[in-house]
Amino acid sequence: MDKPKLRVATTSLAGCFGCHMSLLDIDEHLFELVGRVAFDRSPLTDIKHCGPCDIGLIEGGVCNSENVHVLREFRRNCKTLVAVGACAITGGLPAQRNHLDLGACLQQVYRFRDDIEDAAVPDDPELPLLLDKVYPVHEVVRIDYFIPGCPPSGEAIWKFLGDLIAGRTPRLGHALLRFD
Amino acid sequence: MTKQFLFDGQPVEFEDGQTILEAARAAGHYIPHLCWHPDFPPHGSCKLCIVKAGGRHVSSCALPAREGMEVESNTPEMNAERRALLQMLFVEGNHFCPSCEKSGNCQLQALAYELEMATARFNHFFPDRPVDASHPDVLLDFNRCIFCELCVRASRDVDGKSVFALTDRGIHKHLVVNAESGRLGDTDFSVDDRAANICPVGVILRKRVGFALPIGSRKYDGAAISVVAMKEGE
Amino acid sequence: MPEVDPVVQQVVARHGGDPSHLLQILIEVQEVFGYLPAPSLTAVARELAVPRSRVEGVAGFYSFLYPAPIGRYRILFSDNITDQMLGSRALLEALCRKLWVEPGKPSEDGLVSIDTTSCTGLCDQGPAVLVNGRAITRLDYRRVNEIAELVRKAVPLDRWPAAFFQIEDNVRRRDALLGPTFQPGSALAAALKLGPAGWLEQMRLSGLRGRGGAGFTTHVKWKSCRDAAGPDKVVVCNADEGEPGTFKDRVLLASHAERVFEGMALAAYATGARTGLVYLRGEYRFLLEPLRALLDRMRGDGLLGRSILGEKGFDFDIDIHLGAGAYVCGEETALLESLEGKRGTPRIRPPFPVTRGYLGRPTVVNNVETLAKTTLISLGGGAAFAATGTAQSTGTKLLSISGDCALPGIYEYPFGVTIERVLEDCGAGDAQLVQVGGASGVTIAGYEFQRRIAFEDVPTAGAFMVFDSGRDPFDIARNFVHFFAHESCGFCTPCRVGTALLKGYMDKLALGRGAKVDLADIEWVDRLLRNASHCGLGSSAANPVVDTLIKFRPSYERRLKSLEFEPAFDLDAALADARRITGRDDPAAHLDGGRGR
Repeated sequence: MDKPKLRVATTSLAGCFGCHMSLLDIDEHLFELVGRVAFDRSPLTDIKHCGPCDIGLIEGGVCNSENVHVLREFRRNCKTLVAVGACAITGGLPAQRNHLDLGACLQQVYRFRDDIEDAAVPDDPELPLLLDKVYPVHEVVRIDYFIPGCPPSGEAIWKFLGDLIAGRTPRLGHALLRFD
Repeated sequence: MTKQFLFDGQPVEFEDGQTILEAARAAGHYIPHLCWHPDFPPHGSCKLCIVKAGGRHVSSCALPAREGMEVESNTPEMNAERRALLQMLFVEGNHFCPSCEKSGNCQLQALAYELEMATARFNHFFPDRPVDASHPDVLLDFNRCIFCELCVRASRDVDGKSVFALTDRGIHKHLVVNAESGRLGDTDFSVDDRAANICPVGVILRKRVGFALPIGSRKYDGAAISVVAMKEGE
Repeated sequence: MPEVDPVVQQVVARHGGDPSHLLQILIEVQEVFGYLPAPSLTAVARELAVPRSRVEGVAGFYSFLYPAPIGRYRILFSDNITDQMLGSRALLEALCRKLWVEPGKPSEDGLVSIDTTSCTGLCDQGPAVLVNGRAITRLDYRRVNEIAELVRKAVPLDRWPAAFFQIEDNVRRRDALLGPTFQPGSALAAALKLGPAGWLEQMRLSGLRGRGGAGFTTHVKWKSCRDAAGPDKVVVCNADEGEPGTFKDRVLLASHAERVFEGMALAAYATGARTGLVYLRGEYRFLLEPLRALLDRMRGDGLLGRSILGEKGFDFDIDIHLGAGAYVCGEETALLESLEGKRGTPRIRPPFPVTRGYLGRPTVVNNVETLAKTTLISLGGGAAFAATGTAQSTGTKLLSISGDCALPGIYEYPFGVTIERVLEDCGAGDAQLVQVGGASGVTIAGYEFQRRIAFEDVPTAGAFMVFDSGRDPFDIARNFVHFFAHESCGFCTPCRVGTALLKGYMDKLALGRGAKVDLADIEWVDRLLRNASHCGLGSSAANPVVDTLIKFRPSYERRLKSLEFEPAFDLDAALADARRITGRDDPAAHLDGGRGR
């Protein structure tokens, strides 16, 4: 009898979806993957909220209140939570604002511009508020595993998931461990 | 008769005055290091080269080898501690590898690969360290400094200029340059100085030559630092 | 402000243009300008013909040197746990309110700045402050009000009430050292009769071990130095008593300095040294003039200088160098670096100072109390000295007792005294724990009070801080963690980053945001500090946390918010900037029950 499929959820917080693109880069392994896992909440399925899952993959750092809610939803529902890529693990490119004043950043982007009349920093309650800094995901919830890279190669993601699905402690090894 | 000690269970010969690290390297054994450099006296600050000798932790770059010593280096215990030291270095600075031109040629990064460091584990300090682009040929990006003092030593002891020094202390310690303005452009620093070509990480960078090598052909893309360092005598 | 160049030239000339006096020069230049303006560093570098970068490196290392402008009245509150227990933090806040300043920021008119500093060695008469380097003891609200008035009226420090600056010895128990009166010159005369070899033999018989904490056998040190190659040997007195809770060296230097200096001459006689240096911690700056006057008297009495006591070829003199607020300089190789006018970074050992010390010369570095004790050995003989104390810890030990006890002060006991006995004598009826040996020492819980003060049981440089049942062991450990993070020289990775990380974890717990996993992380960082640090500061920085985690674990556990994981920061507070910028306060503008309109 076939083993029951593992449920996998994925999301991108303050990221560029590059890590998701890398997941798609596993090419023909995708067939193998969908044979062994079923996707829950993910940009691939458009399911809006995460149910109980075996594995959660988080791309991107935590830059705003919505990121916090999503990350916590994943942590509540995923037995194994994995930080994928430089932004999730270090804050990455978005965290390059961390030494700048948040107010100055927002004024620069929204206020001081010639192309919009009455330019102002948006205050719509629908918009998530920015945190003072962009945080790596492991500083907001407990994270079980990390796949570094910007993005991690499809090969690295496949090796990692393959290990995880097979029940081995995931290990990238020297060749697949990359920070850039 | 030559003197010997045991390195991870294997006999290693040494001459009087040789440190554990030197003798081990001469015998073909790599010990991780960042502040040690073959052209300079031992410094002992990064502590990546810690080994256990006779059950005690010591800096292998600084401690002279002794007859009959039993040294443990490439063990899960020592490597776990070294990985934690790397993690400390990663969180205290701003090490954003994807935008760093030293990526692929960086000893800190290569050691993180060597020791399979997938995360910096601790909370990041995100310090504010402005860059200094005042010099015509060289950029200083202090975000990546690991305080190995190789530039300090090279400029003082080889170039005879003392362009660099450390000031303040503890976690606030930082690099300064030899000018009242604090700008590298106001010093006699030259791109041909030894100090300009010794940084193991991405602090001291030549302008206009960044990202010259494509990913795949950089120093540590093909082989691990433990292999490269031994081959190239670093 | 006076012109920079002439001032710097004058100060540098006073030091003979000697770059090894860089720290002393910076201290004196700062005394003129109040801080060290950038041009003054440039001028010092030029006059000494050293790179400016080196001068800037040194100026930035020491807490009491200020490369940026600071108040004309520089008020530093001693921040040891014992000062805090006497209410120092509330007094600091009161003074800040009175003078309209924030801690750590000079007032806009440059009149005053108020901040904290590491233990000033006045724990038995705290809370203590340093005002422009001068110590004021027994601070209370009345004194705070008076100080605020004096500062506001810009009254010069010389005209402040003398009672402010009164410092007591508070000697509560006298034994071999503090009991008898001392006839200056008598110890030297006795040693001269024996000759250098005979004198060193008495030292061997005495079994004297270093009183600075490490307990190295003194005669072995002296002998190694005597036998080391190099004609120009050095005796250094380590008076950098920075260990929180320790103040016995202050009392020895205030009231028994003739013994200390004569001890240095005795060390010189045994080793053949001709140069003596005292490294006096900056906090004890008020002792400098009296000590210099005493050195002059000793020179006049033939106890220092050429042909001491008429002995041909026995030439030895002593100079005093000031420290400038760096605990790490109590480590002997960091102290030597500092004496050479450098950053106080501990050296790689070997070589040890006895073979390569001050300026590469064979050097003996001894603690103040150790040197004072040598006069007893010279006068009474090594065997008589060894007859007190225990077999491995001969003689007596001065304890600096502070904290929750009726009679804080200096107590001299033969080694081997039980902690129980000491507690009884100092009137500590409700002791929960004792911190022996200062921040880097051992935390002793109630069930261990029968243990003994001795190198083989509970070693100590002298600190003995008592904490009663109302105190929280976690708070005590956290104070020490802050101390180490502040005092780390930053040379090696584990201490520089590890002490900062540890401070983060302890603050997280203190704010009620701790999780069980943090305790494991703390233990992991502690292990790295112990195993991988370059010097004793780093390897002992973990001691108070390790000890309290073993002996008082519930004091940590009760602070945990979660058994799993908690962020180190307040998520709702992290949205505060964005709320302010957007003017929002709706429920979605908050996290974790932070309140919306």
